[in-house]
This record gives sequence, structure tokens and C-alpha cells, in this order.
Amino acid sequence: MPKIVIDDKELDFNQGQTIIQIAEENGIDIPHFCWHECLSVSGNCRMCLVEVEKIPKLVIACSTIAADGMVVHTQSEKTVKARSAVMEFLLINHPLDCPICDEAGECKLQQYAYSHSVGESRFTEEKNHKKKRVPLGPYVMFDAERCISCSRCIRFCDEIAGEKQLTFVQRGDKVTIVTAPGKQLDNPYSLNVTDICPVGALTNRDFRFKSRVWDMSSTKSICSGCSRGCNIEVWVRNNEILRLTPRHNAEVNSYWMCDNGRLNTFKHVNAENRVDGPYLKREGNLIKTGWDEAIAFAVSELKSFGKDEIAFIGSAFATCEDNYIFAKFAKSAWSAKNIDFLRHVKPGESDKLLVMEDKSPNALGAQLAGIQPGKGGLNFEGIIHAIKEGKIKALYLLEDDLAAIKPEYESALKKLELLIVHSSNFNKTTDIADLILPASTYAEKHGTFVNFDGRVQRIRSAVTTEDFDRSLDGFEQSRLDKFGSPFDKWSSPKKMDARSSWRIIAAMYSALGHKIKHTMSQEVFDEISETIPEFQGLNYSVIGDTGAKIKLKSAETKSIKV
Amino acid sequence: MSVKKRKKDFTFLENMYIPEIVKGMALTLKMMFRPKVTMQYPEVRFEPPSSYRGRPVLGQEENGEERCVACGLCSRVCPSLAIEVQAAETTREKERFPEKFEINMLRCIFCGFCEEVCPEEAIIMSKDYELVFDNRADAIYGKEKLLVPVKKLEDRIQFIRKYK
Ligand code: SF4
Ligand code: SF4
Ligand code: SF4
Ligand code: SF4
Repeated sequence: MPKIVIDDKELDFNQGQTIIQIAEENGIDIPHFCWHECLSVSGNCRMCLVEVEKIPKLVIACSTIAADGMVVHTQSEKTVKARSAVMEFLLINHPLDCPICDEAGECKLQQYAYSHSVGESRFTEEKNHKKKRVPLGPYVMFDAERCISCSRCIRFCDEIAGEKQLTFVQRGDKVTIVTAPGKQLDNPYSLNVTDICPVGALTNRDFRFKSRVWDMSSTKSICSGCSRGCNIEVWVRNNEILRLTPRHNAEVNSYWMCDNGRLNTFKHVNAENRVDGPYLKREGNLIKTGWDEAIAFAVSELKSFGKDEIAFIGSAFATCEDNYIFAKFAKSAWSAKNIDFLRHVKPGESDKLLVMEDKSPNALGAQLAGIQPGKGGLNFEGIIHAIKEGKIKALYLLEDDLAAIKPEYESALKKLELLIVHSSNFNKTTDIADLILPASTYAEKHGTFVNFDGRVQRIRSAVTTEDFDRSLDGFEQSRLDKFGSPFDKWSSPKKMDARSSWRIIAAMYSALGHKIKHTMSQEVFDEISETIPEFQGLNYSVIGDTGAKIKLKSAETKSIKV
Repeated sequence: MSVKKRKKDFTFLENMYIPEIVKGMALTLKMMFRPKVTMQYPEVRFEPPSSYRGRPVLGQEENGEERCVACGLCSRVCPSLAIEVQAAETTREKERFPEKFEINMLRCIFCGFCEEVCPEEAIIMSKDYELVFDNRADAIYGKEKLLVPVKKLEDRIQFIRKYK
């Protein structure tokens, strides 16, 4: 194998790699703006200049192919000086916008101004002025003065999103970015440019000015928008989700996520229509009730039906843990056979990059966790049919708004004598229900989702419900969370009276006299891995931050893809 | 065993009591002819110099707009987490303004860090030292109490320009 020496460290590399790639792989930081692991090399920012022995001039590390025996210095006097000069050039026309710029706190230019610049400018002339606050598309705002012309956003659109929507116009210090006349930056991945833009030139219009980045906590989780299961960070301030950003996972989503997932999968958590505590229907009116009454009601009502008159519908939106306990409850406490869940597949609504046809995060997980018809039992369509015929009179439904999907389902649900629903928000289905049990959203619980490809990934609590305390229960905390008191408005959040579905079902189990030993979702998962062969050998620490593959039999992958 | 003499043990003369009273009266008499420093507050009020750090206020321009751009730096630097700022977008040139700006006067320790860090000369330590409230909620000052015309803060602004 060829060898290269970077900063006195001898490193192996593969023929064809550039200096910056080798450095990156080995944890050596070479400062850069325009280079990005997943984009073509542009070499325009000149920030990654390094000194290579026997080459008279400094070279840029992003486009210099490494050769055997090369000796590279990234900290020599010459490189340090050159870097500081590049910074001085970049800052000549950069506005003093940090106070009003959303990027502040996570800005590469700001960071490098501290670490690679002398902190003084010799430029006393008037700065160049350009357009500010230009909406490039429905979600992205552009500030031409802040742009350092690295072309990352242009290359992202061309190479990753596959739509040529941005380009440079003009030249020299007049250079700026535009969309074609009459066109917009509106590809389904447009917001990723706000993540890769090294400065605050491109900002997220949905998040603009909502919060300073240092006032939020961030929690590693999984997007619930489709069966890809993009890895994300959930950003929370005062117990409210303010934005989602993609988290790198080479096996799943690389550095990206789609705009739909980023914008439309968290607002229901903060919404006004959350189910806050259990609700019972009495003479047509919804009445808020206590947990014990609600559980007792569910158990006694269910008992009044024969076992063939009850059906259980799990959910592709609930976690493996929720579905597993639900299936176990249905089978062992009620000897149920009519168990299934609805697959939210929308044929044709997928693309080559990330978006999948299955619009739920955990269809495979629900199926593997045991949400399948028992021997001689009815599947989903069979259950709906039997409800219409009056053969099934009671339905226990987990986290799925069936009534909103088809009028056919809605009218079927209306025929039921008993409908018990777990739901996080009020919706068309809860309008029909006799008992609504408030379910935690994916942002308020721990658990696992299995993506389309059989990768188990963890979701983590980012928002606290009434049963939990941010500091005592190991949630991510921002500075404000750590030091706030109950007398501070900024740390007296609204908390929902909601529980993870498996906890609610476990309470019913106990009401029936069974023993449930689990107190944490982690323990439920341990039981899953002991009893379900596909999950064998897995636990929360094996899954970790980036997930682990389960052992799939090919039949299962097929059945899920249909 | 010898008993060590302690400072608080009185001497014989002191134990006599009367000479000490005379000494005290002499001091009182001397003080009576010195100039008075006590102020008859609230009839007479103390006018602090421009170096004084009273409660922090927000400068308001003549057109009624606040100077603050809601950058949140004061909130970040405040050692006692007294300041809460919520930014929002405006059509003004500076793009953002504080939709909400609150200082919890129970938390504030009058250190002046907020004033020092502010890039807009928007938050200024005023000369106001009269802070009265009888419950926690009233101690949180919102924009209506914080906004003060810049004109009234002129000498403090001159002071910080000189020493910043
Ligand atoms: S892009 Fe970075 S350096 Fe420029 S104004 Fe924004 S935070 Fe400051
Ligand atoms: S807008 Fe941002 S990503 Fe695009 S060229 Fe300018 S600095 Fe680079
Ligand atoms: S530092 Fe100044 S401009 Fe920034 S939020 Fe505070 S008062 Fe406003
Ligand atoms: S004076 Fe000090 S304690 Fe008071 S608000 Fe300003 S920074 Fe906080």
C-alpha cells in the first residue's frame, strides 16, 4: 500500500485519494469551505492550502491526488500564514451580520475567524453591497452579501438533488447566486443547501429567527416521514421542537433528508390539538377522565365481547416495542386472531434519492413484532369487511388515523359498538372513538423503528411528557434546561399527559391480573430480541446511534414491499 | 495556669464605664459639626454619576423603534440568566427585532455584561435604582417597562463609548 506523511504521521491510503480525504479519514482537520465529501471537487475557496515538500507553491488539499512518499505539512508557518490571508480576503466583503444571522453559532466562517484568522482587517474601504433577503424558493432564503461563493449549493442541486436550479452570475466581487428567470429552488431536497452552506447565506425560512442554536438541545432520532428512516437531530427549546436537521449515516441517508420530512413530521408534536389525558365518550360527549378509570373501562368493555367479535389493529407509526406488547396483549389476554395493521404505501410516490413509497416509518417492525393475523384470523381488509357485516363489534386501534384515509373505513368504524384508540392528536378517528388513550409521539419516547431495508434504528425522547423530568430521566439538555427554575417562563414548559402505547397496554395487562415486569422500553426490546429470531443478538447499545441490520428472511422483505 | 489575655477583655479603666461614655459622647459631638451626607429620601433623590449601573433598559429611537436586533448575545452572556429574548422578522432594514424581551429583575445582578456585549448599543445600564415589586411575576420586566428613549441615556452611552 502507498504511504503518505501528514504532519509527521505516516498513513496508508488508496491510490486516487486526495490529501484532504486521507486527512479526514485519519482525523486530521484541514480547514475548508467548498469541499464536501459527497460533492465534486471545486477547489475555489483556497482554504485547504497545505505545504507539500518538494513542491514550491502551496497546493490545495481537496484536489491534489496523493502520491506515494508525499510529505505534507498542515501546520507549517507558510500554511498558517496563507490560511490567515485567505480568511482576510473572504472577510473583506463579508457583512458584520452575525447578530442578525441565523447561522451564528454553527457558522464555519465564524469558527475559522477565531481559529485561523488574526482578527484584524486592513480593509478600510466601503464594503460591497448586494441583495439581502431574497427568497430563492418556498423554503430557502438567500443573503447575497453573506455568500462566500463556495458553490456547494449549486453542486448539491446539480449532483445530489439532480435538478439544475442554481447558478452563479456576474464575476469578481459582483458574483452572486440566482435561479433561472421564473424558476425557483423548489426541488424536494432544497433545504439541504441550508445545512451545507458554510455561512448564513442560505437559511431555512421555516426556522428563521425562531431560536439561537445555543439555546436548544439536540437529540439523535429518526425521521418518521417514510420507511427510509433518515437519521435526524431533533432541536428543542423549552420543550418545544423548533427544527429537524439530518444526521450523517452513510448506510441510510448520507448527509441529507427531504423537505417533507424536515418540515412536516414534527409540527403535530407542538400542535394545539394534542390529546392531553384520556377521554371517554359518555352520551355522545367526550369527557376527560383519569388513567385508572380509562384502563378499567377498556378492560371491562372488552370483556363483554366474544373473542371473535374483537379485532386488534397495530400501527406502522408505533415503535417495535409498542407493537410487540400490543400483539402479545391481544394474543395472550384475548386469544385474538384478528390482528393486522394498515400499510401506508403510496405507489409511485418515491424517488431515486431517499423518499420511499411506504409513508410509515415502521411497517417492517410492526409485522416482525407480531402484528400479523393468527391462524384462521382476518387480515386488515378482512377486519374492515367483518366490521361492515357486523361480525366484529369491537376494535382496539393503535396510533393510526384510519377514518381519514378512506370514507369506507370511516363508515365501517362508525358501525362499531366499541372503538378504543391510542392517538397523540385529535383527528377523524378519535371523533368516532369511545375511549381515547393519549399516546406519546415519536419525539416523546424511546423505541425502535425498522426501516425498509431491515435496519433497526433508535428514536429517543426529546420532549418530556408529564411522567418524565428532563434532568432526572436523562434527556438532552440545553443550557437553559440546566439552569432554569420553575419560576422562569423559559423553563416552565407545557407537558402533555401522554404515555408510550406499550406502557398503556402494560397497565391494562396488570388490570387483568397479569404481571408485566418491564419498566423501560429497553427491557421490552430485550424481550423482543430473545423471542423473535430476526432480532437475535440486538440490544439498544448494539443498535447505537446509526442502527443495526436484522436478519431478514427473503419472504418478509417481499411481503413488505408489495 | 496563666489565662491568656483576650482582646475582648476590658481593662480596669474600661470597666469603670464612665470614661468610655464620655469618649463616645465626644465622638458624637464632633460628628454633629461635620457636613451631612444623609439624604432625605424620597424627598431628596440620589442622582448617580454616569458610571453607575442601575437596571438595564432598552434604547428606543425617536421613531419609536427599538435598537435591539434580538441577537440574543446579552441573554447568552448574562451570568444569572435574567434575559429572555424572542426574535421575529420585520420589514425594517435590520431584518429582526425582539418580539419579546424580558428581564427578570430578581435574577439580575447589575453586572453590566449585557451592556458590554451588545453590538447595537441597545441595552444600557440606566440610573434607575428604584425597583419595587411584591410578587415574582411583577419582577419580570417586559418591553413596555424596558424601552426608554435613547436621549435619556445619552450620558451613559458617552461613558461606555469612552471606556469600552
Ligand atoms: S454567515 Fe457566519 S460569519 Fe457571516 S454573518 Fe452569519 S454567522 Fe456571521
Ligand atoms: S450560498 Fe452558501 S453554499 Fe451557496 S455558494 Fe454561497 S456560501 Fe456557498
Ligand atoms: S445584545 Fe443587544 S441587540 Fe442583542 S438581543 Fe441583547 S439588547 Fe438586543
Ligand atoms: S446586568 Fe448582568 S445580570 Fe443583569 S441582565 Fe445584564 S448581564 Fe444579566
